[in-house]
Amino acid sequence: MNHTPAMLPRTRTGWLLIATGFAALALAPFAVSSYHVELLTTALIAAMLALSLQLLVGVTGLVSLGHGAFYGLAAYVVYFLSPEGAAKPMWMTLPIAMAAAALAAFIVGLFALRTKGFFFLMVTLAFGQMIFFVFHDTGIGGGTDGAYLAKPTVSALGYTLELPRRQRPIGTFYVALIQLILMYAALAALLSTLYGRTLEGIRINESRMRAIGFDTQRAKLIAFTLAGALAGAAGHMWAMHRGVVNPEIVGWHKSAEALLMILLGGLGTLHGPIIGAIAYLGLTEVAQLVTERKLLVEGLVILAAVLILPKGLSGLGYRRKSKAGTKTGGRE
Amino acid sequence: MSLSVFFAQILNGLQYGLLLFLIASGLTLIFGVLGVINLAHGSMFMIGAYTAFWVARTTGSLWFALPVAIVGGIVLGTLLERFLFRYFYKREHLDQVLLTFALILIFEEMRSLLLGNDFHSVPVPAALDFSVSITSTFAYSAYRLVVIGVCLVLAAALFYWIERTKMGAIIRAAAEKPEVVDILGIDARRIHMTVFAVGTALALIAGALNAPLSSVYPNMGDGLLIISFVVVVIGGLGSVSGAFWSALLIGMIDTLGKAYTPKIAGIAIYLLMAAVLLWRPTGLFGQRT
Repeated sequence: MNHTPAMLPRTRTGWLLIATGFAALALAPFAVSSYHVELLTTALIAAMLALSLQLLVGVTGLVSLGHGAFYGLAAYVVYFLSPEGAAKPMWMTLPIAMAAAALAAFIVGLFALRTKGFFFLMVTLAFGQMIFFVFHDTGIGGGTDGAYLAKPTVSALGYTLELPRRQRPIGTFYVALIQLILMYAALAALLSTLYGRTLEGIRINESRMRAIGFDTQRAKLIAFTLAGALAGAAGHMWAMHRGVVNPEIVGWHKSAEALLMILLGGLGTLHGPIIGAIAYLGLTEVAQLVTERKLLVEGLVILAAVLILPKGLSGLGYRRKSKAGTKTGGRE
Repeated sequence: MSLSVFFAQILNGLQYGLLLFLIASGLTLIFGVLGVINLAHGSMFMIGAYTAFWVARTTGSLWFALPVAIVGGIVLGTLLERFLFRYFYKREHLDQVLLTFALILIFEEMRSLLLGNDFHSVPVPAALDFSVSITSTFAYSAYRLVVIGVCLVLAAALFYWIERTKMGAIIRAAAEKPEVVDILGIDARRIHMTVFAVGTALALIAGALNAPLSSVYPNMGDGLLIISFVVVVIGGLGSVSGAFWSALLIGMIDTLGKAYTPKIAGIAIYLLMAAVLLWRPTGLFGQRT
């Protein structure tokens, strides 16, 4: 018996809804102003970060507070590769940024995954801040002020896509959207493999997974590294979108925000973080219109979310298991 | 490097370590006894520092800052426990993280509303604004010596409370085997409220004592929160004596590191944490995971 993973849609209608959602995003630039296109791009990048973190939080059950560091590190790697006045193509910057983030995540994971629970939270936070301090306290990335960089270009086979200035935001938007869709597809495929099931098993009961012979430590380290690489893709996209890096994007508040997006959108589904990210950025945008006290609104929204949203969001996946396998899960 | 400078750095390290202990002991007790991760603990330090700044500005003297910080900390801690944290003991870590992250944002924004976003220095009380000659060539700030003294008194009181009183025994039992405390019919609510109030008050006191040394500025609690985490990880979760030795170690390494090898000082304590994690993942003094 081989069920559809709990975090993916169970029915054809469910998949249709997801496809409709992505299609609606793809059409959005035709309906809104270029300011809002840029805002949506920011939301897509946040969605990439939250989606990469979902592999740890929602799938494996690891709450990490250091995830933002890998995201920020990748953005800084783009700055090193492609400083102001020397733009490099994306096919070069993206893999290197992802590899650097993956390597950092692998090393942090080696230490952090020796711990559990509160310790894991504190250790990931501390190592994340260590990376933050490297950029904050030393001059290698422009120090506390940050630095401007040349946005990587989209080019292939010697042909560079040169967009008129007015259309650049739209080009960046689609580059982000394509990456987000690819990331979703890759994670959905991963969840359906034995390795994906192993990760879900670790979340539900790690000692049992170990008892039946899975190397859970190795599985978690791979997940941590993979999530780091995907966070790297999000960080790379941030650099490509904004053309600037500063220590703030490495700090742990970034990780906390990504966790909030996951909670808002739902722990139990793979598409939840995407909805959460768009909802969160929409909310803060509206809040900014009403008041200058953006952080106060943000804090109150989070407070309301944790107080009101049922604790059972994480249990959504289990509740539906009776219907599993009847329609789409027909693989033997 | 002259010997007297070295002694001054040793004393600075001791003073910083003791201050870290005031913050980390509250954190570790709240983790150990209440089972909740409090990211807003750094905000308590910030609130203490701004309390000192505010008291000094309105009364013209820093002397009232300490009693105000103590009373304010106990009241704030009790209210937070009673109306928020109590409902989060059994919740997921993720919920606790987000609750306390929200509190950080709210406290910072309230600080900004009430006292603005500027850096402020806080003057050392005039009576303590001199240096004590320890040897003929070596003098040390009287205020820092007083801070060391106050921290030592508080640490001694805390140890006495935890190790020698009945309530301390219950707290230790609750940190180790919460079920047993429940079975014995002890009112866990009172214990929780007390621990949270004491932990919060200690962080406010640390902030108030430190205000003249570091000046006060936005987000000042963030850095100390992270360092206190490192202290707790090295010391072991829920262990007050572990937090004590670990805080002194970190205070010393950080201070001496910044004085003699400023380039790697920022990273030194994290490398130490990594080494401890390799050797003993539950901390040097910790028993449980």
